[in-house]
Amino acid sequence: MDPDVAPRAIVAGHGAFPAGLVSAVEQITGRGNALVPFSNAGLGREDIESGIRELIAMHAVEVIFTDLPGGSATLAARRVQRDTPGIVVVTGIGLASLIDFVFCASDMSAAEAAEHAADKGRAAIVAVVA
Amino acid sequence: MPVSLYRIDDRLIHGQVVVGWGQPLDLGFIVLVDDVVAESEWEQELYRLGVPPSMEVYFVSTADAAREIARYTADRRTGMILTGSVETMLTLARTAVRPVTAVNVGGIHHREDRTQKLRYVFLNEVEEQELREMANLGVVVTAQDVPSATAHSLEALLRGCST
Repeated sequence: MDPDVAPRAIVAGHGAFPAGLVSAVEQITGRGNALVPFSNAGLGREDIESGIRELIAMHAVEVIFTDLPGGSATLAARRVQRDTPGIVVVTGIGLASLIDFVFCASDMSAAEAAEHAADKGRAAIVAVVA
Repeated sequence: MPVSLYRIDDRLIHGQVVVGWGQPLDLGFIVLVDDVVAESEWEQELYRLGVPPSMEVYFVSTADAAREIARYTADRRTGMILTGSVETMLTLARTAVRPVTAVNVGGIHHREDRTQKLRYVFLNEVEEQELREMANLGVVVTAQDVPSATAHSLEALLRGCST
């Protein structure tokens, strides 16, 4: 982990998926510190929401990445977004999005970096048919 | 096709409900019984985000669900009745015009006053009593988070299992 890289986003989702994604980002880029994983495992609606709120307050981040559009982490992120100005939620993420995000220029706004990462993630999905 | 599943899940509509159960059951509709959500268009829009266009969602109050349950059970599509609490499901079991025969405890998560029974079920004393009352009404109560998991009987659930 690069100690000079500050957290810029939360990665929230099911089971070990968030921690796995952040681990993969770290392995590939050495910039895993830019992302804070949060798992919904074992948590009810209120605890998922309060967990995300705590991480936002702790790290002062403005972007929440989530795994599944209709998943409980995404719904909690949307509730947080509703009353927290400036929060951007990007859902349906994969490794390509996160790698793009951690390399986004630091002068980019959170919204710009998040949109750029979402575009990159969409473009990275390819069906290879032999 | 009768309603295939009466489920208690405090996350309401989420991945396990839509994908885990929705796909194998080929769900055509979900009846989300929650007095707060039934009053909030914003919450309803949020829950619709996670549901495919082929699946209809009805947002109803507990009282309306008890009255309208015959309409849902007469629907030709496969359906799920979903509540966020044991209390709401017990109210349905007590008051619905059609009997509720089986209830799936799918997810009741950690809270200060609750004791862990399963990985995905935590209950307080009131909730335990409500589940017993449901069983006394003739409802078969089991706990099972996803279709591929073991279904635990009410006795096993209240005793507490390791999985």
